[in-house]
Amino acid sequence: MGPIVAFFTRLYGPRGWLTLGGFIAVVLFVIPLLRLLPPEHSLHLSDYFVLLIGKIMCYAMVALAMDLIWGYAGILSLGHGLFFALGGYSMGMYLMREIGTEGQYRSHLPDYMVFLDWKEFPWYWAGSEYFWLAVLKVILVPGLLAFVFGWFAFRSRIKGVYFSIITQALTFAFMLLFFRNDTGFGGNNGFTDFKRILGFPLADPVTKTALFMITGLFLVLTLLACRYLVISKLGRVLAAIRDAEGRAMFSGYKTRDYKLFVWTLSAVMCGIAGALYVPQVGIINPSEMSPANSIEMAIWVAVGGRGTLVGPLFGAGLVNGAKSWFTVAFPDFWLYFLGCLFILATLFLPRGAIGLLDRLRRKT
Amino acid sequence: MSLTGYRKIALAALLFAALAPRAYALDAGAVQQLAAEDGDAKLAAINRLVTEGDVAAIGLFKAMQDDGLQIFNGRVVIVTGDGVKDAIHGETLVVPPDKLEAIVVNNRIRGALDSAIAALKLIVPQRAERLAAARAVAADAGEEMLPLIERALEKETDAEVKTLLAQAAAAIGLKSPVAERRRLAVQVLGQSENPQTKQLLAALLEKTPDGGYTEPDAAVREEAQKAIRAIDSRAVVPQLLGTVFYGLSLGSVLLLAALGLAITFGLMGIINMAHGEMLMIGAYTTYVVQALFRQYFPGAFDAYLIVAVPAAFAVSALVGIVLERGVIRHLYGRPLETLLTTWGISLVLIQLVRMLFGAQNVEVENPAWMSGGFSLGGGVVLAYNRLVIVVFAAFVVLLMWLLLNRTRLGLYLRAVTQNRAMAGCMGIPTPRVDALTFGLGSGIAGLGGVALSQIGNVGPDLGQSYIVDSFMVVVLGGVGQLAGTIIAALSLGEINKFLEPYAGAVLGKIIVLVFIILVIQKRPQGLFALRGRSAEA
Repeated sequence: MGPIVAFFTRLYGPRGWLTLGGFIAVVLFVIPLLRLLPPEHSLHLSDYFVLLIGKIMCYAMVALAMDLIWGYAGILSLGHGLFFALGGYSMGMYLMREIGTEGQYRSHLPDYMVFLDWKEFPWYWAGSEYFWLAVLKVILVPGLLAFVFGWFAFRSRIKGVYFSIITQALTFAFMLLFFRNDTGFGGNNGFTDFKRILGFPLADPVTKTALFMITGLFLVLTLLACRYLVISKLGRVLAAIRDAEGRAMFSGYKTRDYKLFVWTLSAVMCGIAGALYVPQVGIINPSEMSPANSIEMAIWVAVGGRGTLVGPLFGAGLVNGAKSWFTVAFPDFWLYFLGCLFILATLFLPRGAIGLLDRLRRKT
Repeated sequence: MSLTGYRKIALAALLFAALAPRAYALDAGAVQQLAAEDGDAKLAAINRLVTEGDVAAIGLFKAMQDDGLQIFNGRVVIVTGDGVKDAIHGETLVVPPDKLEAIVVNNRIRGALDSAIAALKLIVPQRAERLAAARAVAADAGEEMLPLIERALEKETDAEVKTLLAQAAAAIGLKSPVAERRRLAVQVLGQSENPQTKQLLAALLEKTPDGGYTEPDAAVREEAQKAIRAIDSRAVVPQLLGTVFYGLSLGSVLLLAALGLAITFGLMGIINMAHGEMLMIGAYTTYVVQALFRQYFPGAFDAYLIVAVPAAFAVSALVGIVLERGVIRHLYGRPLETLLTTWGISLVLIQLVRMLFGAQNVEVENPAWMSGGFSLGGGVVLAYNRLVIVVFAAFVVLLMWLLLNRTRLGLYLRAVTQNRAMAGCMGIPTPRVDALTFGLGSGIAGLGGVALSQIGNVGPDLGQSYIVDSFMVVVLGGVGQLAGTIIAALSLGEINKFLEPYAGAVLGKIIVLVFIILVIQKRPQGLFALRGRSAEA
């Protein structure tokens, strides 16, 4: 028992575990129980609410992944939307196969393929009907792409702004690729009209609640994994790379390998978030890969406070909560708000909202 | 234009008539006969009018098609929105509307009128209209028209119209039952510049389901193959030139989009994600200037660009200076923060424009002298607006070069970018130079916006579609190198256009992006990196 307890106490203190336990209890018990209440009840939670919170939890995972490389390793990626979307597309392919012959044209092919007059699935759709393969692809596709790209980029010591611009070009190129109908991923419209996952109908509130709970669990696991990483020696080396890469290199650390590892890990985390996102939202299309989306991810982290793990969670919740409120209440002002958030957060909150809280606490 | 059945025959008859000697006034009897109850009498009248060969009848026929030809007190009159005129003598009449009586025009008459107008147009004095009429005949003519076209050929003096008529004759000749005539026709078609001719010839070589060819005679087929080869080989050089030109034009667009960035990012090191919005502001300034000209100086509309160019520069430069003073100067030395902040600024600017001008694209009209183009032959046309942009890009580059190398501001600018501290010690007001330099970069982006407004849509998202491309150009060219930016932009344009026929536009673009990413792996400082001490800065 001793070492296990020590391991857990190293990750978080009692207050941390208490908060985390509270979160798990809410996600796994309180919200599902409230879902069971009849719709007339005042405490009943609507599908919309569960979807919104589920989405934000996916975004929070993305924010953690961003923070891992930007906040801890100092690499600003403007292409994480690509990994998110690739995870989503990997899951989406499986969900498209689950539709079976219930599409509009009653064909075993997805509607858009019938529309393009294709007679069979292209080769890269092979095996997409198996769930386990989809799960594997969710991890491998973003992971491999990130590994190959990172291997080349870090080897030639591309860093700072150059790296950011190139990642942006990467996601832009993929967006163009996926927009083509001939690429075989539904072009403009992407994948939608999903019916089932593992045989469970997606329209069923029970399935929705289950997906929500799974997302919550994955978020907690991601957080713990990140926490483990950043308090380990690896985390310290990453911070050293961020603050003075030259010195870390001359102290004998292979900074390239460290960066490559955390970059790939971050991409995989993004891919998982995307795979959880797609069945809940019910659509994935190439606009998820637009450079604007990726750069928005950076602002979640910046607003919350990079270099902390709570900050990005908070930032993702705040920005996306504000987004869903603004786009309904004042659709014309959302871009103003987001733009000002970018400007003010970087000018006045270099350490994000968490830094601001710290400063306030110290004053009192 | 498709002429069917009897209409073709009618046209043939009319064309015959049109070639007869001309009279100088409309035949009053024939015009009067247009009002006849009987359809055949009307047709005969139309025939007579064409026979007389007076092109004034075209207006009459058009009025008749629009039901504008009516009867008043037994006289045939033309009714327009402006009033009523006598159809024969043209004097204006005052007619109460209830006294007018319509002339019935059924579909048969309408068809005959179409043919009559087409036939008369072949002999109008205006070359352009004659050319258009000849084109219509060349595109679609029946066998029965062959003798008429041949006779029109004799009278025609203009070379281009003559060629078209000859080809129309040859296209008809292809259908001749005599193999030798078909072969001669193929020979004539082999000299054609019309891209459709190749299809016409290729159709001869197609196989029929029963194993033979559409063209039964082997000699004709051989001749057709020769003709196709001749057309192809004549098209090779113009097509190559066309591709080079369009690559150059795309490169110029990229260059105009990226030049401003070459200053703000390349020389100053500021990651300005709002750079695309400077392009957009320039384009919208053009739109506003154009709208003002249309409102207040419609006569000088074609000259609006002369005002738009400095206006766009001034507006974008001003916005740039305000941004630099207000926000960016607080972020010097923090590139990633600058990136995020300027992105935020771009969002605000986009939304601002969207609220001022609406989310829809606005229409910027080209001045008349920029529309059209000239033909290189082989179906390749160089558009004038593209040509103007190439020249404009060269002009902007020259302007920038002069500014950087021949003015005091340029000297200060180079001094500050090379060694800020030392420049400050020498008494150069570095903050002011920073602001002016950023303003210069933004202003040049505004000039790019003027160019973009002439070739594409102007909308709030205009800048977003150029931001990735612009950065790619600057990064590829090597930061701090204006010459590198120019070479990078032009070569990217050429590569894109040469890839397009093989890979398609989108895939070509992707290949280019991947290529850039690979090049940067090999040469992280860009293709034309500075070497030595200045590379460290």
